[in-house]
This record gives sequence, structure tokens and C-alpha cells, in this order.
Amino acid sequence: MGKLTFSMGGVHPHDSKYARECAIEELPLPQTVWVSMAQHLGAPAKPVVAVGDTVKVGQVIAEPGGFISAFVHSPVSGTVKSIAPRKDLAGNPVMHVEIAVEGDEWDPAIDRSKTLVTAIPDDKAAILDRIKACGVVGLGGATFPTHVKLNPAPGKVAECLIINGAECEPFLTSDYRIMIERPKEIVIGAAIMQKVLGGCKCVIGIEENKPEAIRAMGAAVAELGYPGITVQELRKRYPQGGEKQLIDAVMKRQVKSGGLPIDVGAVVQNVATSLAVYEAVQKNKPLITNVLTITGDHIPGNLQHNYLFRIGVPLSFIVEQAGGIPQTAAKLVSGGPMMGKAISNLDATTVKGSSSVLYLSEAATRRHPETNCIRCGKCADACPMGLEPFLLNRLYKAGDIEALEKNAAQDCIECGCCLYSCPAHLPLLDNIRQAKGQVMGVIRARAAAAKAAAEAAKAAQQPQK
Amino acid sequence: MTQTIIWTVAILTVLGLLLALILFWVARKFRVEEDPRIDEVEKVMPGANCGGCGFAGCRAFADAAVKAPNLDNQYCPVGGDEVMQKVASILGFTVAKKAPQVAVVRCNGTCANRPRTNEYDGVQSCRVKAALYSGDTACAFGCLGCGDCVAACQFGALSMDPQTGLPVVDEEKCTACGACTKACPKHIIELRAKGPRGMRMYVSCVNKDKGPVAKKACAAACIGCGLCAKTCQHGAITVTDNVAYIDFTKCKLCRECEAVCPTGAIHGVNFPKELDKDAVKKRIADRKAKAAAAQASSEAKSASADRPTPGLRESEVGKGVMDAGVRGGAPVKKEVANG
Amino acid sequence: MDKKYIVSPSPHIHADISTTSIMRDVIIALCPAILVSVLAYGWAELLVLLVSVASCVLLEWAVTKWMLKKPSTVGDLSAVVTGLLLAMNLPSAIPLWIVFIGAVVAICVAKLPFGGIGQNVFNPAITGRVFLLVSFPAQMTNWTPTPGFVALPDAVSGATPLGALKEAIKSGSTIPQFMAANNYDLASFLWDAGASAGEISAGALLIGFAYLLIRRVVKPWIPLSVLGTMALIALIFHGINPDVYTGVPFNLLTGGAMLGALFMATDYVTSPMSTLGGVIYGIGIGLICMMIRYFGSYPEGMSFAILLMNCAVPLLNMWFHQKKYGRA
Repeated sequence: MGKLTFSMGGVHPHDSKYARECAIEELPLPQTVWVSMAQHLGAPAKPVVAVGDTVKVGQVIAEPGGFISAFVHSPVSGTVKSIAPRKDLAGNPVMHVEIAVEGDEWDPAIDRSKTLVTAIPDDKAAILDRIKACGVVGLGGATFPTHVKLNPAPGKVAECLIINGAECEPFLTSDYRIMIERPKEIVIGAAIMQKVLGGCKCVIGIEENKPEAIRAMGAAVAELGYPGITVQELRKRYPQGGEKQLIDAVMKRQVKSGGLPIDVGAVVQNVATSLAVYEAVQKNKPLITNVLTITGDHIPGNLQHNYLFRIGVPLSFIVEQAGGIPQTAAKLVSGGPMMGKAISNLDATTVKGSSSVLYLSEAATRRHPETNCIRCGKCADACPMGLEPFLLNRLYKAGDIEALEKNAAQDCIECGCCLYSCPAHLPLLDNIRQAKGQVMGVIRARAAAAKAAAEAAKAAQQPQK
Repeated sequence: MTQTIIWTVAILTVLGLLLALILFWVARKFRVEEDPRIDEVEKVMPGANCGGCGFAGCRAFADAAVKAPNLDNQYCPVGGDEVMQKVASILGFTVAKKAPQVAVVRCNGTCANRPRTNEYDGVQSCRVKAALYSGDTACAFGCLGCGDCVAACQFGALSMDPQTGLPVVDEEKCTACGACTKACPKHIIELRAKGPRGMRMYVSCVNKDKGPVAKKACAAACIGCGLCAKTCQHGAITVTDNVAYIDFTKCKLCRECEAVCPTGAIHGVNFPKELDKDAVKKRIADRKAKAAAAQASSEAKSASADRPTPGLRESEVGKGVMDAGVRGGAPVKKEVANG
Repeated sequence: MDKKYIVSPSPHIHADISTTSIMRDVIIALCPAILVSVLAYGWAELLVLLVSVASCVLLEWAVTKWMLKKPSTVGDLSAVVTGLLLAMNLPSAIPLWIVFIGAVVAICVAKLPFGGIGQNVFNPAITGRVFLLVSFPAQMTNWTPTPGFVALPDAVSGATPLGALKEAIKSGSTIPQFMAANNYDLASFLWDAGASAGEISAGALLIGFAYLLIRRVVKPWIPLSVLGTMALIALIFHGINPDVYTGVPFNLLTGGAMLGALFMATDYVTSPMSTLGGVIYGIGIGLICMMIRYFGSYPEGMSFAILLMNCAVPLLNMWFHQKKYGRA
């Protein structure tokens, strides 16, 4: 098979993967960690420890607060100091459990040896339970609880499990490093998920700018010999790693607007998630560590790192350990430069989905003054969802929510291609994100009204029966 | 040649007549029967179509007013009582008078009071900024300064003050339509009673952080200390979530809260005289001493305890207003008497 | 954090592209054709170009500064492009004050009143050109070649090939007779069609357009549909009566067809946004242009065709949209 890619839109930013040669280092433990209760999509977790409790590494400190939610475990051993709101990286208060670190005593149930466990358990329900109990969530960005995604609604059959190793965001190298350093674990994780999904085929998609990763993963697949797993080379094109784009690239199918990947028989999981699944199922290790890249443009090589960090370590501690913030940095970003969040509060802590700290220079990141739209259509050419950002921007300014819905503002995946490619430097995505929110609000309100009406009709029928 | 002209005229005449007939027929066939009172009501409306009443425009308001059983749920903030009386007289309803209101910006986080902690570089829109993060200062509740309220105001009553970075309300132009209160993602702007001759008190802060945090973020923040609530004689001030709020229906404009506020978060506007803080503080201290003395004496005469001197409170209040600089205008006097 | 770091919504990086860079590319793409015309028509042509560009830029600067009181948009080079395109549509012998009037119409009537760059409905350069064509027909069709830096072997004096042909057919001669009488050779049109700067050399224009394609400034669909439609119509009519209707190469290589199709019809602002809309827009231009050439009183119809189709652009934008992901 040749190189695959998605069918519409996309941009080609310079990949800037300067930290690709930095091997993963283990970050030392700080004195205090703050573990967020909202590090996954869905309802925040509910703390189950009290102030003054002593906890071990891997002990449950919070349980799911709803169906779509996840367990949270202590990343360190020590004493719970407080359970209180604390500002996240956007400055908004979120409930955190503060733990003072004392030693490094692990829960004895966790297998900390390096031996590879290749035999996959047979009981699917037990595997799912283990994934859920270990608090595994999608590490590709959305942090959707993995056990929910691996348990499709009745009647929906998974035909293909896509393991996302595209890492299409510039600068990020954490996925690349784990694919090189721990390919076998990732493949076993993929085989476990494949089994849970009923033995569908599995494709590991990796972009062409990471030949070493393609080679390492290919070798691991060949050596381990699980049936139905292949490595697929993808073209370098952003946003190749977007869920909908990856399904389009690999399966040549498009998820309907408002639908889920499982509707077209696809389940997409990130390579880091696959590794977390391996550790959860084979080693009983909850999701308490992840790999994070520290890099940026025009910064010296000794400031660039790939760190294995304990989830809950403050960003300021990581930055300090990595050698401090370079003088040239004008903006700090958590995540990739296309979809990451700017950090306004370095005291914020890392969460399960943290993938990087980027230092961007003034020249690279400062926005240019906005000028008139010249109707060049470059935004529409760049949009991987086939939307017309210039039109959505105009409709948003006019406040025409009906027309926004008609023109599919709600389909926006916020990839940033439109703003990236606009020669007039219009704040397209800034406005479209708002428009999307407004349209989603209208859609939800309508669905709620329809549901209420249906229930009312049902209630009216009830007495007759 | 002549023939051509004749033909042209003839054909165009016939065509014109034919089309007129069709138009006539269509107009009759599709005529919508409308209550003529809708037009009448619409005529007395301000015609700004601002949506401040909650309807799409003045005609929608008129339509709803005609269909409604009474006017209790409808009010035109722009036209105010004058217009509402006219509408009521057309429709044969009665409406109660409402006090005129004005938009009040409840944030005092000027550039000087509230140091910036980062630099915002996105689109100049409060809505976008609020969705992104808590803002470019340490205060997560205050004005974001991008001017969504200014853009929302149809009457040109709002403008950004470049010196403070905060919006300023032009009281003459403000119609209290409420568009700005809806546009502000931080809900800083509130419609408050305009007050007698524009005099009114308000807490110019909505920061819910605990005192030290709020104070660190902004020098003029309400720290929720509760001094104002303790001082207020009229029960107009409540402190919830570390922030004080003055109920304008209860406030008697005595300005005592303004005098005792340690951060200057409480503002009194349009008072003819500047507040003499020391005098007011002294007055409060005197009253407290008196009250303590009264209590001591009442405790001494424990048998017939519970009758404080009647009338004392009211006279105190009146004095307060006078001291704070009101020259005894009629409306104020009246209100005080009622209180 | 002592230093005040920047915070903004994502994305945090931007492609190295701006309105100015696009306009610069268009100017570069026009250079080969400008070079050929200056070589052919000498100082006079150079003056027309300079006056046109200078008036457009100055007018835009003056109007934005003193009348609109807005930040100047001269820096984006769009006025330079308008000036160049206008000059390339004018004969080199034209009096310079007429060039200035053309610039006034282009900038002060067609562009700025609508809100400046990106907001105009009609292509400014074509509007200026058509205004001059209607107002100063004599000067606008005086194709007396001015002395060039290189000698032109087969320059026609007095009229462009299309104009001369229209006269010839009116006076009863057939196309083959006309071609022979003027010693025309179709291959020579590719480099030298003896007309305004924009019409003289289809080859130079094609080279410039190839540069725009490589730089991904424009997409080829609009020019292809314009030229394709023109070729198809010419093929049919020439097939029916070769004596009266000109053939395919003649139509594509003369009368501003290339300049119009490659550089004017592809103007971002006044062309549809979707590919399908663009193709229909192109077909419309080709159709109207050929109808004017065959049946109208003007010898060439490119400018009118583009202006007419400019009117249809808002409608085309409303009707035709991009194909969306996951939607039928």
C-alpha cells in the first residue's frame, strides 16, 4: 500500500520536530503535586480521600463522577494536604487534590518490572474493567474515557481499530519517542484493544516524516505476530491525526455530521493510549505517568527534552527542571502549536492529556494585524471538514445562527487550518469557535425539547394502557 | 415608424393592465388580517428595534402586547413609563410605574488598580477571550476590556476609556435596554435604578475570590470583609461568595458603606458633594457608642427591655443623607420619610 | 511569571503568507508580459505603465488618508496590481491624462467606495478600462505602434487584429482573404499580436500564469473554463462558416483573451469562491465574450464579459458551496 491521506483540505506547516533525538528521561519528583479532578472529557471525578490521608503511588484518590468520567490515581506517595479549587492553565478554578510527596512507595499490586507480558487475557469484560479501573483516557487530545470508547453501543460493530501515530502537530515528539522506545508495548496494547472490540483488523497509522517510528513499529508487529495488525504510512499533512481525517485516510469512509466513528465501524486510539492500555491490563499500572515534550523554536538543544512525568506535577517544576524558560520565548503553549492551549498560569499542573510545553518566539507566534478579507478562498481550501470559514466568520458577525447551522459551523474540529492559512490574518477560528458553541447550544436545546415532548406524549399515552 | 410606436404603446398598456390585475388579485387573496391596534401600538413605540424588551423588535412587542391579557410581563426599557402609559391607554390596560434604570459597570479594575499578568493577542472580543481563559489579569471576574458591551449598545451610550481600560456609560444616552448586560460574558454590567437626580450607590466589583486573593489581583477589589453590611442601617447590603451587593430598592444613599469600605470598591455617583469620609466614620462611631450605651442602660433596666426610642433611626438616616452632602432635595426627603 | 507572556486562542503559528505576498506574486507574474510590451512599444509604453501605477497608488493613499480617514491599504500592493492591469489594457499611444482618468475610475469608483480591497463587486482595472473605452473610443482604439526597443516584424498599424478583422468583414471580405492581406501568421500571435501590453504576447502571459500556479496563488479552473468555452464556441461557429467566424487559435490569442482569462477573471475578490461556481463563472465569461465578438459591435468582449459575470458572483457564491466532510 502507498501512503494514504485524507481527502479534503489540510495544510503543511514546517514539522519543527527539534526534540526528536531527545530520549525519554524520567522527571524527578517534586515536593508537592496537585492532581486535577477534571482531566478527562465528561463529568469531573469525585475525590474519595480526605485531608490527612496517606496515599501510595497508584492508589485511587477519586472515582468517576458520571458515566463519561474516569478514576484518578495518586501519582506519588505521601499525605493529602488539601482538596480545594486551584487555577488550571487557563486560570479557571478546578478542584485539585494536593499531595505532599514522601518517598516513592508504590501500590504492591502494580507490576513494576520491565518484562514484556505478551499473553493477552481472554475475558473481555475483565479487560474493560481493568482499563476503567486504571483511569485510562484517550491521550491524543480529547481525553475521552477509553473504556467507553472500547465498548460500542449494542448493534454497532467495530471493523477497524486505528492506532493514531500520526502526530501531525509540529514540534511534538512524545508519541514519536514512545513508538521508538516502546514499540512492543504499544503493539500489545493495540492487540488488547483489538480483542476487546471483537477481533477487528488494526491499522497503525504513522506519518511519513517519522521513518524510524514506522520501522520500529513494523518490526514490533512482525516480531510479536498478532494477527490482523498492520503499519500504514501516511502523508505528512496536518490534521492527519484528527479522528475524522484519520478514518477518511485509512478507511476511505467519512463520519456523518453529528455521528460517531463507530457508525462507520471505526475506533481510533492514540499510540500513547495504547501504551497506557498495555500498562493497565498487563502490568496493573494506572494512568499516572505520560510523556511530554519540552521544545520550541530558536531555543538551545539543552533546553529540549522528552520527559516521563508523574501526572499532577506543576508545569513550573517541569520548566525549572528542563533548564528554565528561554529568553526568546514570548508565548508558552501546552500542546501543539495548532491546537494547544496558551499557558496563562505556569502554576497549573499537568493532567493526563498533557503532551508538551512549547516555547514560541515573538516572531513565530505574534498575530499580524487583521486586514480585509480578499476572498481568496484559502481558508476553504485548507478546511479539512470542507467548511467555508470566511462565510462562517461573516455569519457569526451578523449573528445569523440559523445560517451558521445550515453551513455546518457545528462540524468545525477547531484544527486551526483556516486561521493558519489566512493571508488577511483574520481571526477566523476565534470567531468560528464561538459560532460553533452557539449552534451546538441551539441543537442541544432542540434535542432536549424534542425529548421532553416525546416523554410528555408517552406520559399522555400511559394511562390508556 | 408610426405603426411601431402605436404597437409599442398598445402592448405596454395591455401588459400593464394585466399585471395590475394580477397584483390586485394576489393582494386580495393573500391579505393577512391583522389587529389594527398593532399598528397603533407600534406607532407610539420608540422604533429602535433594540430587543431590550425581549422581543425581536418594536412590532413584535406590539403584536405580543395586543395578544397578551395584561402588560405585566412586558416593558419597553427605552420608552420607559411614558411609552408604557401610551401603550396601556391604547389597549385599555393599566401599568404600574417603574423607576428609570441605567447600566452600571461593576468593575474598578483599571490599569492602575489591576496589574496585567499576561498579554492577550487574540481577536478583540470579550466573548472569545472569556471562553479562552480567565483574562489578562489575576482577577478572573473583572472586565476583559475588549468592548463587547460597546459594540452591543445601539444608542452609543458606552465607550471604552483608554486610560482605565474600562467601559464608561453615558447616562444621558443609556436607555437601560439591557443589551450590554447580555453581551458581557462576565456579567459585570447591571441595570440599576437611576436614583434621585442620578445619585446611586453600588459595589464596583464582582470578584468572588477570597479577600487576600482578590486584593492581590486588584487594589480596588471587594474583599468580602462585610464592613459595609455591618454598617448599613437599612439592610440593603448582603455579602455572598466574598462579594458585597447593594440592593438599590433598599439603599437610602447615606454613603456610610462608601466611607467604611477599606478598598474603595463601593462607589457613590452624582452626589453634589464629595464624601467626607472622616465625618461619616465619626458619625457611625458616635451612633455605635450611643447604641452601646443604650443597650447597657436597657440591660440595667432588664424588666422593661425591648423598646428602643421610637423615631431615632429615621432621624439618624435623614441626618446621614444631609451630612453626606445632599442639599435636601424633595425626592430624597420623601424617600427618607417613607423609609 | 514576571514577563508578560502572550496568550491567544489556537492556532499559535501562522503560514508565511499575507495579502502583500500574494499581490507581490501577481506583480512578478505580470513581469514577462510587461517586459515584452516595453520592448515592443518603448518609452511610451513604459510611461503609460508608470503613470497608471503611480496614479492608482497615489489615489488610494490620498483617498484612504483624507476622505475615508482609515489606515492606508497602499502597503498591500493591490493598487499596484490594479495600475498594472489597467495599463496593460491601454494602447501605448494613449494620452497620459486619459490613463489618469482610468485610474480615478478604477480606484475611486470601482474599488474604494465599496469598502476597499476585498469588498469591490467589479474588477477595478476592467471598470477603468471599460469606462475609457466608452468615453474615449478614438484614443482607446488608436493602436499606432509607438517606437519600441526592438523592431516588430509584422506590426499592424491602426487597429488590433480583432478590430481590423471586424472592419474587414463589414466591408465584405472573408477571413482567409483578411489573413492573407495582412500577412498574419497564427504562430506569431503567441508572442506578438500587435496590440496593448496585455494582448501582445500570450506566451509571456502564460509563463507568468505558470508562476502563479506553482506558487499556488490561483487555481487553474477559471482560466481553463473561460478558454475552453471560447475554444468550443469558436470551433462550432468556425466549422459552420470559416469565412465569417474566426477560428480557435485566433480567438484565444488575440483581443485580451489571455490577459482576461489568466489575470482578470481570476481576481480573488470578483470571482466565485467554490470550484464549481468558478467553472460556471468561467463558462459565462467565455460565452458572453464570444457572443460579443461574433455578433456585437465591439471587436473584443473580454472586459464586458468579465464585468457582466462579476454581477453574477454573489449569486454563484450563494448557490455553490464546497463539498463538506461527512455530508451528502
